[in-house]
Amino acid sequence: MSTMAVPDVAVAPVDEGFWTRSRKVGLTLLALGLLAAVLFGALATDQQARFTLSDDAAGAALEINGTIGAILFGIIAIAAGAALLAGVPKRWFLPVLGVGLVGFVLSFLCWQVSAAPTGQNFMPLVNIIRGTFILALPLIFGALAGVLCERSGVVNVAIEGQLLMGAFSGALFGSISGSVWVGLVAAAVGGAFISLLLAVFAIRYLVDQVVIGIVLNLLAVGVTGFLYERLMQTDAEQYNSAPRFSNWEIPLLKDIPVLGPALFRGNIFLYVGLLLVLVIHIGLFRTRWGLRTRSVGEHPTAADTLGVKVLRVRYRNVLLAGVVAGIGGASYTLALYSFTKNMIGGKGFIALAALIFGRWNPTGALLAALFFGFADQLATYLSAINSSIPSQFLAMLPYLATILAVAGLVGRVRAPAADGKPYIKG
Amino acid sequence: MNVLYGLYQPDEGEILVDGKPLKLKGPSDAIGAGIGMVHQHFMLVPVFTVAENIMLGAEQTRGGIAGFLDRRRARREVAEVSERYNLRVDPDAVIEDLPVGIQQRVEIVKALTRDVDLLILDEPTAVLTPQETEELLTVMRSLKAAGKSIVFITHKLGEVKAIADRITVIRRGKTVGTASPEASRDELAALMVGRNVRLTVDKSPATPGDPVLEVAGLVVDDDRQIRAVDGVDLTVRAGEVLGVAGVQGNGQTELIEAIMGLRPVLAGTVSLAGDRIDGWKTKKVLRAGVGYVPEDRSVDGLVKEFSVAENLVLDIYDRPPFGAGLALKPDAITSSAKERIEQFDVRTSSADAPVGTLSGGNQQKVIVARELSRPLKLFIAAQPTRGVDVGSIEFIHSRIVHERDVGTAVVVVSSELDEVIGLADRIAVMYRGRIIGVVGPDTPREEIGLLMAGISPDAAAATDGGPATDAGSASEDEA
Repeated sequence: MSTMAVPDVAVAPVDEGFWTRSRKVGLTLLALGLLAAVLFGALATDQQARFTLSDDAAGAALEINGTIGAILFGIIAIAAGAALLAGVPKRWFLPVLGVGLVGFVLSFLCWQVSAAPTGQNFMPLVNIIRGTFILALPLIFGALAGVLCERSGVVNVAIEGQLLMGAFSGALFGSISGSVWVGLVAAAVGGAFISLLLAVFAIRYLVDQVVIGIVLNLLAVGVTGFLYERLMQTDAEQYNSAPRFSNWEIPLLKDIPVLGPALFRGNIFLYVGLLLVLVIHIGLFRTRWGLRTRSVGEHPTAADTLGVKVLRVRYRNVLLAGVVAGIGGASYTLALYSFTKNMIGGKGFIALAALIFGRWNPTGALLAALFFGFADQLATYLSAINSSIPSQFLAMLPYLATILAVAGLVGRVRAPAADGKPYIKG
Repeated sequence: MNVLYGLYQPDEGEILVDGKPLKLKGPSDAIGAGIGMVHQHFMLVPVFTVAENIMLGAEQTRGGIAGFLDRRRARREVAEVSERYNLRVDPDAVIEDLPVGIQQRVEIVKALTRDVDLLILDEPTAVLTPQETEELLTVMRSLKAAGKSIVFITHKLGEVKAIADRITVIRRGKTVGTASPEASRDELAALMVGRNVRLTVDKSPATPGDPVLEVAGLVVDDDRQIRAVDGVDLTVRAGEVLGVAGVQGNGQTELIEAIMGLRPVLAGTVSLAGDRIDGWKTKKVLRAGVGYVPEDRSVDGLVKEFSVAENLVLDIYDRPPFGAGLALKPDAITSSAKERIEQFDVRTSSADAPVGTLSGGNQQKVIVARELSRPLKLFIAAQPTRGVDVGSIEFIHSRIVHERDVGTAVVVVSSELDEVIGLADRIAVMYRGRIIGVVGPDTPREEIGLLMAGISPDAAAATDGGPATDAGSASEDEA
């Protein structure tokens, strides 16, 4: 059979000239590296920067002279930038970029740790890693809720509200029943309740999904705030003293140096979160459910013509998202803190940012959430050592990173094609 | 057809399959009853692989409730069907990387893996080159030989005559007649429109004057910053129609948008009667005497919620007599609208009716009326009769020829080869962003078809001509 290929201009390679994206990124990295080597190197002191492998100043540590470290890691960033500028094979792009960015961060840390007040020239790695994961936890759950929703074509701006409602109902019903499990189920139902409203308005009544998402966030803040004042503040004993999941150590894994004590000796929600990332990733790309979910998010009409029930898939996924986010909310009130008014405090929006930064991919979202969690933890650490860097500066990072991501500076970010578009038959 | 496939519900009447009445609640019922459909706009998920698209909705799974996809089995199924009907596709290719012809093949394979007995093909040839169309007809013949029934929907009479065993003509939702493939084109066309229409455009030989539009070395990117027009040279003279032919997506859209100032010109020049107009704003281009019928009337040509009268002055609403200072003059707008509705035979309930309520043909006439009501040096019509009824086509064509006869330079871009051949005095064929050849309207269709596929006569003769090699290697890949 002889076929004439229909000309497809789209496949023609893009002629970007010398300044490819890889080179532009390389140049930026080179500039960052120079900044690190020169500025951080100059500001660092001759103190030893100690990165201890424990919770405090004690024990074994990785040590390096502050000035030398700042300059050395800066040079690593410069080298990575130069490599990208010179041109590397495509599959080396991300690893080289990663090495460069890590070099930049380490250079920064060498400066900060060495310049800290005497006696505080150490960074407890176990503490930092644990903090990173704990702070990332609501982001992980929230971003997963976003993945479930948006992969099926429903924009989920209501993550904040789902987390908050989950946290609230977890605290309330956990307190009343005195059982963590009842609390956990209630949290899932609470998150699913916000999801149900989102689903009904977005799928059934075709309300603009971003608008309804924002409205639901306000609703969640209002409802939980009201009930908090009426119930929890008047009788905290009865309504806001939920039991907490006890720490659970995972055999074997807890004995891994640094990571063991940091991650595997405590928070049960962390295990659930990490497991969910794995389950949802495999589910999305290897199962029938995932194939149908993605098809509905990309091209619902095509799915419909093959007998996939588009609206049913969307309802199911939006509700599942609510359950996941609700459990994420419970990770606050059933493990860490008592409920307080508006306690999620914008984490739902950073989760949304993590979802986009992670390119609507569960694993990507996890990495993005960890990056944001690290920025958060670093801010805490820096203020603890009286750093000259304002902590607000680091708090800005997630948003900055997301803007850069959406602007396409870290590769093409493509949302599911039908994301946010209601499906109307015919 | 969407009712037959279970997408829409019938208000009345019934569907019989093998003599038994059938109630279709959705497409899955239709598939269950052995009905498959290849839609005009392909129902393929662009980011999925061929195998994933074929699996979707009828997934074979392992692992019980977890439902892990059995990709190996899906691949094997695709291979089997490909083998049996000689429809080669690579199960692991991603749809958006495939040419349109292959995507259509995937659609057919998708239907066949579902064991259908009846295959509905909805306007399958609209996006194909003549060669690909020929090949599709071959596939249809082999399906017929394998005992499948096919419903082939098209508005191209030649194809119907070539393949059909029986022809049913539908007009405005009603069966208006049946015919045998021996019926002549004119008979079929008459059935379709309900009266005798001329298929050819009546026109006298052109009397070209001075060059009006001169395009030299034009380079333009598409929305994704991919080169779409790659060094085009064109001259259009006063009093002639230049037809631009080509399979959709070969840079025609971008070429016209660049001329109109809707898309940045990266290199080259565009001149109108001697003045450089590249870099001009669209409004300035229009006011310099260029009329423009955009290819997508509902997106670029009309404001659907606005009335017919308002749409008729979208170009000159701010000029006397329609506007003065900040105010519009509704009376002047309405009276001029009535005049033009009359003159251009626009069928509308009133000048105040929202233009979106008109039929496609009448909407198109509103645009043509607006654009031809200014003094023009150049008239550009992109897909002027897409989705337009035959009566309106006739009218629009005669207006285009009339415009030529009064000495305007005319450019007609169309993916309908018949339209280009009928209207043009010269035909420029675009392929991959270049003009691959300029030929007269008397050139055999086959030759133009080859040009549209990127094979120019001299390149085909040479041993290593550029485009010819492209096409050659592509056919090897797929064979």
